Parts: sequence; C-alpha cells; structure tokens
Amino acid sequence: MILKLAWRNIWRNRRRTAVILTAIVIGLWAMVFLSALMRGIADRMVKNAISTMTGHIKIYHAGYRNDPVIENRIENPGEIKNILQSLPAVRQFTSRIRVNAVAANARHSGGVTLVGIHPGREAGISFTGDAVTEGEYLKDEESQGILVGRALLEKYETRIGHKLVLMSRDASGEIASRAFRIRGIYDAELESTERQFVFVNLAAAQEMLGVNGDVTEFSLLIDDYEEAAAVAASVGRRFDGDDLAVYSWKELLPLVVAVLKMYDGFILFWFAAVFIAIAFGLVNTILMAVFERIREFGLMRALGMKPSFVVAEVSAESFFLLFIGTVAGNLLGAASVAALSQRGIDLSAFAKGIEFAGMSRIIFPVLELGDILTADAAVLVLGMAVGLYPAIRAARFSPVEAMVHM
Amino acid sequence: MTIVECRNVKKIYRQGEVSVTALDGVDLSIVKGDFMALAGPSGSGKTTLLNMIGGLDSPDGGSILLNGQALEKMKPSQLADMRLHQVGFVFQSYNLIPVLSAVENVEFVMLLQGMPLQERRRKALAILDDVGLAGKYGRRPAELSGGQQQRVAVARAIVGAPAIVLADEPTANLDSASGKDLLKLMQEMNESKKVTFIFSTHDKMVMEYARRLTLIRDGRIVEDRRK
Repeated sequence: MILKLAWRNIWRNRRRTAVILTAIVIGLWAMVFLSALMRGIADRMVKNAISTMTGHIKIYHAGYRNDPVIENRIENPGEIKNILQSLPAVRQFTSRIRVNAVAANARHSGGVTLVGIHPGREAGISFTGDAVTEGEYLKDEESQGILVGRALLEKYETRIGHKLVLMSRDASGEIASRAFRIRGIYDAELESTERQFVFVNLAAAQEMLGVNGDVTEFSLLIDDYEEAAAVAASVGRRFDGDDLAVYSWKELLPLVVAVLKMYDGFILFWFAAVFIAIAFGLVNTILMAVFERIREFGLMRALGMKPSFVVAEVSAESFFLLFIGTVAGNLLGAASVAALSQRGIDLSAFAKGIEFAGMSRIIFPVLELGDILTADAAVLVLGMAVGLYPAIRAARFSPVEAMVHM
Repeated sequence: MTIVECRNVKKIYRQGEVSVTALDGVDLSIVKGDFMALAGPSGSGKTTLLNMIGGLDSPDGGSILLNGQALEKMKPSQLADMRLHQVGFVFQSYNLIPVLSAVENVEFVMLLQGMPLQERRRKALAILDDVGLAGKYGRRPAELSGGQQQRVAVARAIVGAPAIVLADEPTANLDSASGKDLLKLMQEMNESKKVTFIFSTHDKMVMEYARRLTLIRDGRIVEDRRK
C-alpha cells in the first residue's frame, strides 16, 4: 500500500512530475552520452597510439629508449622470436628497425622516422595494413619500395612511382643513404603520423644501415590491452640479464595515460555537476509535494502512521521519480550511442585542432558498463539520500499542527 | 467500564507573551458505549479536549487515562501505536486520503495494524456494506459526495475495533439531510457494535442525537448529563 500510495501521489500533479522526470531523463542522458563520447575519444586515442607503431608491449635494447640510435639495437632477434612464439599470452608480434632519418627529393628535405618492417607481419599489428589508400602496400620480397603518408607526399609535392632518398647514420657511424621508390600512400588518423613515418622493407633497412639481420624493437599484441602491464612484467622475466627492456604501452605512452586519467576526472566532475542539478530539482519537487499535503500527512499521523512510514512513503515517491528517470535516461543515452555507433561523429573539419589534443577525426561513442552504473548509482543512491530531506520534513509534522490546516 | 478518565486536565497555548487557557481543569469520565456530544461555542476547548483524549496533543497539567494507560507518560511512538489500535478519528473535512479508493482508505488503518491483505480487504468490504456504500468500493474520495466521504471515514474509524471514536464536528460540512444520515449511521454502529463515540459539535441536531451531552465553556465542563 505504501508503494501504491507513493505511485499514485507522484501522478497527482502530472505536469510537475513530467517536468522533474524530464530533468532527470535529460540529466541521465547527458551523463551516459557524454561519458560514452569521452570514452570513445579516449578509446580511439589509445587504439591510435597503440597502432601507431607502439603495440601493447615493446621490447627494446636496454639503452634504446634513452638514446634511440642504431648502436642500441637488438643483435640476436632470432632467439627472442623463439621465446615470444612460445609465450601463450603473446597473440602476435613483429620486429622492426626504427631510426631517425632525413628524407629528400628534388624539391624538399626534412626529418622523418624510417621504419623497416616485415610487411606481412606488420599489417596485423600496426595501422599500416589497412591504411594504404593509393598505390599498394609493401611486398615482403620488395627492396626498393617505400610507403609514405599522404601529408608527407603533399609536403614533398611528389607522387607514386617517384623516388625518395633516405639518409641516416649506419652501424659504423657513417652516413648511409638509399633511394626508394614510392609504392603506396597511407592515410592515418593523425596528420602528424602521415608526416612522420615512412616504411620500407626490413631487409632493405638492415642493408642500408649495415646491421645484418639486427632490429631495434619487437612490438607485441596481446588479447586484452588492459593486461599489458602484467604481461610485460612476465615477458620481462623471460629476458632477465639479456640487456633488453620490456615496456607496456602505458609506460611508452605516459601522455595518453595522463589524458585517460584526466578524462576519468572529467567524467566524475560531469556526473557530479549533473547530479547536483538533478538533486536541487528533486528536492524542490518533493518538498512542494510534501507541503501541499501537510494536512494529509497530519491525517495519516493521526490515524497512527509512524514517522518511519511517512519517511518510507515520501522516499518511495523519490525512488519512483528517480527510477523512471534513470531507466528512461539510460535508454535514451544508449539509443543515442547506438545511433552514432556506425558512422560516428566526424570532426574532420577540425582535424588540426583535435589532432593537437590527440583525438581522432571520427569519434565513436563507447558505452562502458562502469560509467552507466556509476551514473545510475549517483542518481539513484545520492538522489534517495537528498530525497530524505523532504521525507524527514514530512515525518516531523506533528499531527495537531498539520490538522490545523483542516 | 470506564474507557477515558480525564483528571484536572489543563492546556495553555502560548504565543509570545500571550497565553490562552484552552482547558482549565477538566474532569471527565467516558464509559464504554457512550454516544456523547461535547458541545460548546467556538474556542471553548472542544477540539483541544478531543485532541488530548486522542493522544494528538499532550496536556500541560493533569492526567488522561485511556483504558487505564496515562497518555501524558507515553512517548510519541507509543502514542502513535495507541491511536492506531485504540482510537478512531472522524474529522470535519479532508478526512480521506485522496489517492486511495474508498476500500483502500478503510484498509489503510488495518494495513498499519499489520493485518494480512485478504483479511483486511474482507473486513473493509463488509464495513463499507454496513455503512451503506456497497458498490462504491473502488471510488476515490473526489468521486463521492460529502456524506459518502464521511461514511467512509466512519467505516475507517470503526473497522479497526477501537476503544473509542472521536469525531470532530463530523456534520459541520454536510447538509442537514446528509448530517442526519451520518448521525443515524453512527448511532446504529453505537448500538449494534457497541462502539463508543464522542463528538465535538455546536450543531443542535447532533446534540439531539447524543445520549450524553457535555457542555464545555472557557475550558471548563459546565454541564454533563445523560438523556
């Protein structure tokens, strides 16, 4: 009967109930949708960073991160390959040579990162596999081909089939140079990536740099990138004493990790801001409903209803409003996310600005159960807590005072 | 058998420096089966005395015993419990919970008493039949006339088998025909179910129906006679 009473009471003033429900629904929707948007931005940022030559875990020579020169290379990659193949946690891996270089043609020259790759293996690990939009991807046996980003191509005013000369310091400290022919153009999420990385066949890079089969890094993929730190630690134990260093993507991308933490903070801040707005509306609505019914509460108290029942009845009204608003807000939020899940939100028009913030050009909102539960809990639990105020006010009316209104 | 015993009951209302003596040493005994009108002009202390007897307010002096228990010594929760089980109320107006139907209003007290759903539904329907509201069980207060609403209130007041029913000017908002019907109903309940009724009133018709007439003026009982 208490629930029946509460349910009917909230519909006594339909307009007021509709207003507060609308506020709760919009609040919940804003919580769910905006958190999904921010998670989507963060998710794409992490995936971009991971697929932009990072991987989930990386193995370097111990000195390479501080001084990324060819001298700090891994000299016996065959043994490492064998060990990595035996590790069940490692889903996929590849080796690379990565050095700073200068790229030049007849019109321009500038700094790039030369990456020597196994074209076949690399395709499944980094973005390169499905990023070629013009020309063709590198072939395993090819030694002259080079893959460049569209932004670099435009900057160098060149095109497919033309030559690009790369220069870098080789293993003996001399300047090595070699001409490559542009085979393909790739488009990346970030223009800076397109300007930075040029890809050649690993064997061609090794030959150019005189390192004869050596590499500078291994890049690994595992099943769940959130587990990277633990897997990196276990992989690291396999190479104790080998002058190697193993890093998870979180160690390699501290800025991304910091941004993720910042996003977590933003989401909580947003939840708090929305909740405060909802709480004021809720308390106001329930208080209005309570003060309109002082005589009724007096009657109920006179009939023998205990204050705890009054609190329960008024709290049940808050609960119904919050519950309906929460369910509808969740559904609306989920529907909004679903509507954008195929095409995303295209921010290409602001590409330069958003790249500065490390964001993708297209944002796909990502619903996370934890965020939904946090939003729901904030609204339901804290909402019930603030709803106690009008409930206690109602319970404190003395029957006689309330009956004066009769 | 004495149900209510008032001994030198005093009540003074204070507002700032102004004090108003509402009850000035009231002594009164109410026995089981009384059908009593507590009459007097406005401001004489009728409602105050009913509130004291019903445990809605506490006296500033003296003592009120309900079935032998001193109300002034009870805590608020005990008073609520006492009201729930021993006192039925019929108020002048705004007597029912507007979002509940007639049968649910009657059930309400039994719900608070913890009675199982089926039993309280059966009793509520039966008592509504007794007060002449058969077939109107599902109607909400707004769909009933004033007289019918007061009948529901009477049904609710007596359904929990209280020791006493306190009715504060129950006919004040009714036309004379409806008021008469209500008084007949309460008289019938008093006679058939031995329910004890006390009305506060200044309606002569109510005084005529009452078997005991107690007059109160300036907070004192000035006359108390049985017909």
